[in-house]
Amino acid sequence: MNRTMRKVLAQARVELVLSMRRGESLLVSFLVPIGILVFFAKVDTVNTTLKHPVDFLVPGVLALAVMSTAMVSLGIATGFERRYGVLKRLGSTPLSRGGLLAAKTVVVLVIELVQTAVIVGTGLALGWDPSHGLGLAVVWLLVGTIAFAGIGLFLAGTLRAEANLALANGLFLVLLFLGGMAYPLGRLPDVLESLARVLPAAALSESVRDALRGNGVPWGSVGVLIGWAVAAPVAATRFFRWEE
Amino acid sequence: MTTAPAIEVAALEKSYGSTRAVDGISLVVSAGEIFGLLGPNGAGKTTTVEILEGYRRADGGTVRVLGLDPIEGGARLRPQIGVMLQDGGLYPGLRPLEVLRSFAAFYDDPHDPIALLELVGLTEARATIVRRLSGGQQQRLALALALIGRPSLVFLDEPTAGMDPHARVSTWQLVRDLRDAGTTVMLTTHAMDEAEQLCDHVAIVDHGRIVASGTPAELTSRAGVDELLFSAVAGLACNELAAALGVGPGVVTELRPGEYRVAAEATPGLVADLAVWMRDRDVRLGDLRAGQRTLEEVFLRVTGAGTT
Repeated sequence: MNRTMRKVLAQARVELVLSMRRGESLLVSFLVPIGILVFFAKVDTVNTTLKHPVDFLVPGVLALAVMSTAMVSLGIATGFERRYGVLKRLGSTPLSRGGLLAAKTVVVLVIELVQTAVIVGTGLALGWDPSHGLGLAVVWLLVGTIAFAGIGLFLAGTLRAEANLALANGLFLVLLFLGGMAYPLGRLPDVLESLARVLPAAALSESVRDALRGNGVPWGSVGVLIGWAVAAPVAATRFFRWEE
Repeated sequence: MTTAPAIEVAALEKSYGSTRAVDGISLVVSAGEIFGLLGPNGAGKTTTVEILEGYRRADGGTVRVLGLDPIEGGARLRPQIGVMLQDGGLYPGLRPLEVLRSFAAFYDDPHDPIALLELVGLTEARATIVRRLSGGQQQRLALALALIGRPSLVFLDEPTAGMDPHARVSTWQLVRDLRDAGTTVMLTTHAMDEAEQLCDHVAIVDHGRIVASGTPAELTSRAGVDELLFSAVAGLACNELAAALGVGPGVVTELRPGEYRVAAEATPGLVADLAVWMRDRDVRLGDLRAGQRTLEEVFLRVTGAGTT
């Protein structure tokens, strides 16, 4: 194993340990998505008129899981690392900024992998039929990860840690309601639906849903998703401040 | 072969907006010495050190740290330096041993984390979560972290701030041991006793410029000895005292509340007159000294921090 890899993996290991120790982050990453999946699969609160609510829910909850890890958990943790001077201190070690970003990427992907396994397992137990487009769904989830990580890091690198914490959680809730995750976007009033369609959450859940149902590529949603995946990281890179 | 200096800075400049934080600082730190950068808050010490550490880009002047430009040569420099930040820099959710182990992985030949904890006296606290450590313990952990990669140059920003007297003394000994083992140490401090005890060379910075530099002994003996220093209750009438001593107004000044300076030759007559004046007013003398200044007095004088 070469030196760079060793440094990145050591850093990733530490960040994973810290993620495990943050109970509230596990709550957002696991309990919320699974809770939504099970609850809405069993209780048809909004009368989706779907024959198989779980087929609707699994793609939405996968998108939700990506949002919770890449935006909320990553963003909040990074914001506090900035507050505590950890980012600054790491800046004078041989772990480069690229190395730090690589470590954070590894951590996000590992957590998402576990989330996906749990969600897919629960979905299968609830009767989900995963017969289509897994490969394409994975691509959209990765693009979504880039978009949400960009948003999370943008907030983490520009706001004070407490403001970042509040805003990331608030945004999570808003995007959950406007994300076409637990119920179809069509259930929203027209104004909200139009707004939701240009936000990354609905773009991701719709793209993943069409992939998993074999409906091909919804270019409108995919376009919005890719737009966020370019704009958010660019903004984060441009405005990120390493010290609070 | 002569040893190249560890740090060379020439005509360094750095501004934030319209504020000149560093205004033409030049200094040389020899390899294997303890160099102290002293100065009041906002004098430009931390900005200077952070330029040396590669955190900030200088606006002007040249900087060489271990022969490298700290920004352009950062990737080669960082494995060779250790940094102790003024505050923070530690993951609050990790334990001391975990902190050291995680950083050890960044270096080719790190110290043994357990031995290092022992060295800074944190063996008992190795499994305590960082946020539950006392301020002094966190300082010692930050110090250990600066040493983990066996650096040849260590930057310590206010290293003993928040430490109890016992921990300060053992930290000073640790820093001397580092120097004796060949490590160059650059530290910033407010504490003049620390600078006097520890530093081979010091530079006093004020308003972004170096206002005095040399060995602590040079600074304390160089200053003119035509003066008498004493302490008493704050707020004495300096001009009245000056008249009683037969010196001009302004010769007697209150450097800080309760600390006085008579800028005149400390003749036996002058001392006697001072004693008479104090007896008549029932003023108790706290301390009386003629000639040699402490580093603190030099500091207050050159930085103007004590004059109002």
